[in-house]
Amino acid sequence: MATLAVRVIPVPIRVGNGRQVVERNFLVYRRSWVMFVSGFFEPVFYLLSIGIGVAKLVGDFTLADGTVIGYAAFVAPAMLASSAMNGAVFDSTYNIFFRMKYAKLYDSMLATPLRPWDVATGEVTWALLRGACYSAMFLLVMLVMGLIQSWWALLALPASVLIGYAFAGAGMAMTTFMRSWQDFEFVQLTTMPMFLFSATFYPVQTYPGAIRWLVEITPLYQGVALERAFTTGTVSWTLIINALYLIAMGTLGMYVASRRLGKLLLK
Amino acid sequence: MTAVAIENGQRQFDYWLTVYKRTWKGSLVSSFLLPLLYLAAMGIGLGSFVDANGTGSLGGVSYLQFIAPGLLASTALQIAVGESTYPVMSGLKWQKFYYSMIATPLRPADVMYGQLAFIAFRVASTCAVFLAVIAAFGGLRSPLGLLGLPVALLVGMAASAPVCAIATTLKNDSGFAMIFRFGVIPAFLFSGAFFPVSQLPDWIEWLAYVSPLWHAVELSRDLSLNTVEFWPALGSLAYLAAWFVVGTWFAVRGLTKRLIS
Repeated sequence: MATLAVRVIPVPIRVGNGRQVVERNFLVYRRSWVMFVSGFFEPVFYLLSIGIGVAKLVGDFTLADGTVIGYAAFVAPAMLASSAMNGAVFDSTYNIFFRMKYAKLYDSMLATPLRPWDVATGEVTWALLRGACYSAMFLLVMLVMGLIQSWWALLALPASVLIGYAFAGAGMAMTTFMRSWQDFEFVQLTTMPMFLFSATFYPVQTYPGAIRWLVEITPLYQGVALERAFTTGTVSWTLIINALYLIAMGTLGMYVASRRLGKLLLK
Repeated sequence: MTAVAIENGQRQFDYWLTVYKRTWKGSLVSSFLLPLLYLAAMGIGLGSFVDANGTGSLGGVSYLQFIAPGLLASTALQIAVGESTYPVMSGLKWQKFYYSMIATPLRPADVMYGQLAFIAFRVASTCAVFLAVIAAFGGLRSPLGLLGLPVALLVGMAASAPVCAIATTLKNDSGFAMIFRFGVIPAFLFSGAFFPVSQLPDWIEWLAYVSPLWHAVELSRDLSLNTVEFWPALGSLAYLAAWFVVGTWFAVRGLTKRLIS
């Protein structure tokens, strides 16, 4: 029945046969659904720890436009953006690398009518569907905890899918350049500083000029800006720039990834 | 008999050190850089907001000085658990080097002691560097805070031994994701490293007291702030030691069962 649903639900891919890849992942994960479900708890634990504990120490924050919000409401959208990033990066690096190098999954896929572009779009679509599930649950927890202050929050879910798209594309492109597991230190080396410093835990205005600029050009910052604007209701036109940045990053990543996959596997 | 065991354990440790000499670079980022970045982001960045808001609930110390000893203990726990999961399964399942080890005069117990000794080395060396950085940032209030190192080692071993025991019983690595998601991460977030556990709802507060990490965070912080009380400190030490001793017993038993059956 559920398999039928995967076949019937229109997966938004214009070109190619990525949906077979999605279906394959769905079938695999059906056997380890506990892993799937447990992935939801991690960001929620972070939210509870910071929302209950650290928020009491910090007090209220004033946003750039003068809105005053509690610390938990400030930090929660950033957790949402970071977990969208982490999930997409994990799926598109470790998982893809394993499937490419060890399971030789793509070799067998490319022996069928699937092309590299189908593999890339299929894997990314799967990562996005999975990420959307987690983000929806997270938003629900935010709602219950009273951390959503505006109807704009409805856009927070598509925004987190967009963050996932940007990082999944970039992650997949990076993975095609990885030589061994040791190279994955670089993945941590890029995501961890972003998680800690992209205006996630305190406003970007805290930094001096040059560092502030450096923070503002990171992709996670774009995501945090989007999510925070939507859940706090402080929306402005500049968000379009943040969104375009993420779309460009994801698309470029996908393009590079499918080119490289073709090169690596179809020799 | 004991002399033989120690000698055998030493040989095992030699093996691990040789391996580490070839692979230590890969551990630099996760073991040194990440805790450092946490210290900077939380202690200094977020700390400026906490300090501005008043630190009465922290006992009047700066947020950096409040969290630094806690971060040290948490780092020890994370490294110890990391080294007790995939490497142990690798010895049993992927590279199977435990099997070659017991084909020599080594017993499974020696193999486990050697593994634990290497984990102790990893925890101690990483935490020593981290502690030096904390001291340089002004994160220690009293020189007694340097005793946070043995405390970190103890909590590392208290967590490592039982996780090794679990690792010897698992058939595949998906259980490790559960250990991290429902053990390590909640312990990291709710053991008083970032805020006093008295702020938690009562039932979570009790869970914190059960976790070895809370005891280590308290000990390490009390040392750094020079507020140690004898009996509670002794109780925490005994509690951590018990985790280590019982965990080691189960780890040896688990490995013996798995290797000789």
